[in-house]
Amino acid sequence: MVDVFYPLQWIADKLTYEVFKIAPETHLAASVNFIIYDVLKIFILLAIMIFVVSYIRTYVTPEKTRKILGGRTGLQYHLLASMLGVVTPFCSCSSVPLFIGFVESGIPLGVTFSFLITSPLVNEAAVAALWATIGLKVTLIYIVSGIVLGVFGGYVIGLLKMEKYVADFVYKIKVGDQNRDQESLKIKERAAIAFDNVKEIVGKVWIYVIIGVTLGGIFHGYAPEGILAQYAGKDNLLAVPIAVVMGVPLYSNVMGMIPIVESLIEKGLPVGTALAFLMAVTALSLPEMIILKKVLKKELIGAFVLIVTVSIIFTGYLFNILL
Amino acid sequence: MKIEILGTGCPKCKKTKEIIEKVLKQTGVEAEVIKVEDIEKILNYGVMVTPAVAIDGEVKVAGKVPDEKDIRKWITQ
Repeated sequence: MVDVFYPLQWIADKLTYEVFKIAPETHLAASVNFIIYDVLKIFILLAIMIFVVSYIRTYVTPEKTRKILGGRTGLQYHLLASMLGVVTPFCSCSSVPLFIGFVESGIPLGVTFSFLITSPLVNEAAVAALWATIGLKVTLIYIVSGIVLGVFGGYVIGLLKMEKYVADFVYKIKVGDQNRDQESLKIKERAAIAFDNVKEIVGKVWIYVIIGVTLGGIFHGYAPEGILAQYAGKDNLLAVPIAVVMGVPLYSNVMGMIPIVESLIEKGLPVGTALAFLMAVTALSLPEMIILKKVLKKELIGAFVLIVTVSIIFTGYLFNILL
Repeated sequence: MKIEILGTGCPKCKKTKEIIEKVLKQTGVEAEVIKVEDIEKILNYGVMVTPAVAIDGEVKVAGKVPDEKDIRKWITQ
């Protein structure tokens, strides 16, 4: 199969060995080559992915989402909610209005949580970076895991019947009806919005990508082979829970983490453990919890965090066994 | 003219306020600029994704930081 990214490797090689004249087979060469290749590949895939998903998103509005999901319960709605979560952005500042909007329109609490779990987890920037660094296969596993996690987590929360742990005022609010011209966007306008999104997101994350790739590159070039396998290999059963517990409070930008995790995997970190760590970083974040505290009582937030954490740990073990 | 910026305080909402104030200064249009952070009020406008901008009670944009071009169009209409 033709490696469509070969031109990037060619550029990286040319710059490292001919322009910068670094001697091949040295640690420095390995690091620099890695950094150039990864930076190019990540930014290209970022731009493509963000554009495509943003374009699709112009067809999926919160209002439409409410109509599709409203009122009924059942596993298929959890799945639908999770899949909608994949294409919807989830800036934490929108989590409260979105949550209230969903609950108010009759979307069951569990289904709303399926959306809330998958949405930050499977975001197009992280997917692009994962694809660029760790590869398509693992990226697809990540996406599917994110959806399954959402469906499962939301379903369990639904079963627990924790509706009374939502702040009372949420059920009393009436969300107004907004008939904005989202329906009548022309292709050129959709493309413009998608392009704006690319600019906006790349503008926000580029520095983290550069830092993450640089750190990952240094590790790649200088760390001894198999060092992670020694300390965090598959037979170290504590590795997965520790990785997840480390990831949950980490609110660093996942875009910086991904290139570092790529290097860790190369040096022997099992893929399941790596996946679990990344999911822990993205699925739960302290700022999101602080904002959600406005609408959820602590029992519900606690249940949410616990269910997601345990599910991620399970996922980590599962993929360590399977992969 | 009353311009309301709907948002719970994230950086995008601040950026929206900056852009609006900049365009107002450039065009010399007089307007009252209010930041609405109350969730109930935001939802009453039917807005679920912030930042959003409402002019004289009508929501003009929601879910993204508005373009300077668009703001200029709205306030000079």
